[in-house]
Amino acid sequence: MVVIQAVLILMMIVAGVATSMLKDLISAVIACAAVSLLASMLFYFLDAPDVAMAEAAIGAGLTTAVFVIAVRKTRSKEE
Amino acid sequence: MDLVANSMYYLGAGALILIGLYMVITKNNLIKIILGLSLVDTGTHVLLIAIGYVKGRTAPILTEELLESVGEAIPKVVDPIPQALVLTAIVIGVGVLALGLSLAIKVYEHNGTLDVRKIRGLKW
Amino acid sequence: MRKAVGLILVLVVGISFWVVLKNVPFGHDKIGVGNHYIENAIQETGATNIVTSVVVSYRGLDTLGEVTVLFIAALGIGMVLFSVKKTSAKERQTSSMVVQTGTRILFPFIILFGIYIFVHGHLTPGGGFQGGAVIASGFLLTYLVWPELETKRERFGAAESLGGLVFVTIAILGLVFTGYFLGNFLPTGTQNHLFSAGIIPVIYIAIGIKVGSELAGIVADMIHKE
Repeated sequence: MVVIQAVLILMMIVAGVATSMLKDLISAVIACAAVSLLASMLFYFLDAPDVAMAEAAIGAGLTTAVFVIAVRKTRSKEE
Repeated sequence: MDLVANSMYYLGAGALILIGLYMVITKNNLIKIILGLSLVDTGTHVLLIAIGYVKGRTAPILTEELLESVGEAIPKVVDPIPQALVLTAIVIGVGVLALGLSLAIKVYEHNGTLDVRKIRGLKW
Repeated sequence: MRKAVGLILVLVVGISFWVVLKNVPFGHDKIGVGNHYIENAIQETGATNIVTSVVVSYRGLDTLGEVTVLFIAALGIGMVLFSVKKTSAKERQTSSMVVQTGTRILFPFIILFGIYIFVHGHLTPGGGFQGGAVIASGFLLTYLVWPELETKRERFGAAESLGGLVFVTIAILGLVFTGYFLGNFLPTGTQNHLFSAGIIPVIYIAIGIKVGSELAGIVADMIHKE
């Protein structure tokens, strides 16, 4: 059980570093969605089912959609 | 190994907050700065819930077997207050992010670019 | 230059985190006020979900502030993006038939699932905010499949205002009947039944409708206007 939580935390940090280092904006937004999804799984292991449901619905769903709409409208190249 | 197992949540959440802070300070694209803000939010939520966790107890929903023993004043659940605060904070985070992205769309329409170094010179 | 300053600042913040957090042991019992809420939640409010009773009943004023902040954010987005843009021919394409048929079948079930989550907020994990987010995701799906579909923006605004008005009215009725703002004036009933826990299910239904239509309105504004 501790091993699973350690692997999830490591994956969350790797996804966070990937958000910072990826040049294409859409890929960075998908990496941020991966951070939200892994945080939602960690909330389940920390005995918080309400917060896990809220983070999965809002963080990994609506925030990603709003980011993708904004990136498509500005049509900006990479950083 | 025991030291790592006892502090891995704090390390993970702290690393996420520091990565987000670094992105806000040094990136040049406006949307990357707003992504950094989102990472700081997520890291803070994980940190708050990890502080309220107690080992060996269960989620704060009173099921049948917990309802018999709660009268004896022995709490068998984790702390419910950080969860209530983080629930509010998640919803406020999405509202603030949506407002920031709408302002970024308007900035792009006005200036033609999202590079922070070129936008800073406001002409009065 | 900016990278060097950024690294130094991140290092300073990291060291201050470590100095503070090494005195907070992980997993030990440090519950303070929560003990009172855990012991007395079932008698005073009648809800078996302790987080729901904390959010709506014990700390109801914070929820009122949060609902206000969401309302101001939606208002700000509506003010900043105001001109309706003409969609080009490429963007006006609807998706393929598989996606259209699937969405026609799935959309009522998504709305039903969202309503189930916020009606049972005081018995199972869930509540107004989660149910509202699920409903907004259902509307987002229809906007992706049919780009020309325009639910009238006034209907979202009317539903959102109705939800907020019901919430404030119940809070003021609590002041009239019990002498406390957001006081519990409906009977608490038997545990684990649907109609129990006083004003908590009514408030969560109002919050669920409000948050759902608000987030759907935000997404609609960002897609259709510029």
